Amino acid sequence: MRVRINGNDIEVAASTLREVVEELGYDGAIIATAVNKSFVPRTQRNSVALHDGDAIEIIMPMRGG
Amino acid sequence: MDIYGTTISSRLMLGTARYPSDDVLADAIRASGTQVVTAALRRLPVVGGDGGRGFLAMLKDLNVRILPNTAGCTNAREAVTTAKMAREVFETNWIKLEVIGDAETLQPDLAGLVEAAQELVADGFDVLAYTTEDMVTAQRLAAAGCRVIMPWGAPIGSGRGLNNPFGLSLLRARFPDLTLIVDAGLGTPSHAAAAMELGYDGVLINTAIGKAGDPARMASAFARAVEAGRLGFEARPIPVRDYATASTPERGRAVLA
Repeated sequence: MRVRINGNDIEVAASTLREVVEELGYDGAIIATAVNKSFVPRTQRNSVALHDGDAIEIIMPMRGG
Repeated sequence: MDIYGTTISSRLMLGTARYPSDDVLADAIRASGTQVVTAALRRLPVVGGDGGRGFLAMLKDLNVRILPNTAGCTNAREAVTTAKMAREVFETNWIKLEVIGDAETLQPDLAGLVEAAQELVADGFDVLAYTTEDMVTAQRLAAAGCRVIMPWGAPIGSGRGLNNPFGLSLLRARFPDLTLIVDAGLGTPSHAAAAMELGYDGVLINTAIGKAGDPARMASAFARAVEAGRLGFEARPIPVRDYATASTPERGRAVLA
């Protein structure tokens, strides 16, 4: 399916958020996730089924003021 | 100063952005003596990077607490979602809540700020609210359960200092029991000293140190200014008057004229 990840349209084989994270190689990174503008806790990534066109945000710690 | 039950001995908090390198940032953090630094959340690059591991490891080595922010958020919903993501990533209930209302001045959206603060406090967050010196907003934030309020000195990164010392003084007088921190807009150490002389509990500095010619030296200067300003406040300054009052006694002066 085709989803939008951090603003980029990407074709993924995954069907859950957890699988997307693994497929992109981010499973070892310190990240937080949101789907369609709603926060998805780490513990719930496995239970979030994705649909074509979903907007996924994957964010990480960054310097900030 | 007290941050939701945690006593922080350094009254200087540092932002971590805009430094020329990680090494310079680390040197500035050490020179400042700070115990609290801010951090943000941004999108992962599609490829490359370490997912923020190196940054977090550096802060851990420096033994500082992390205060995540919601920088860039422009409405309450976005800020609340960002705060929840920050809580998971940084493993802290602390959140520097920013809801920006104006793109040019980065002035907070005060209505959105209060709305987000209410929701986050109810969800167990310790909210450090980035606001203006607006009195009624501070009342609403306090009523929502915010114990730390951070009015701006001036627009973020402007280096203008305290644009409204009178308003900041009024806020201090009205909320003696809240932790008040001047956040944003300071440019020089004397600005920080002035904020501390108003009785503020602390200051948060980013651009003035990160973009200085010598960030570590500037961090040291700010640390001393914050300490000097606090000592000056605690020592109770003299009242201001319009006319001179001679410091050398008149009595005993020789008659020579």
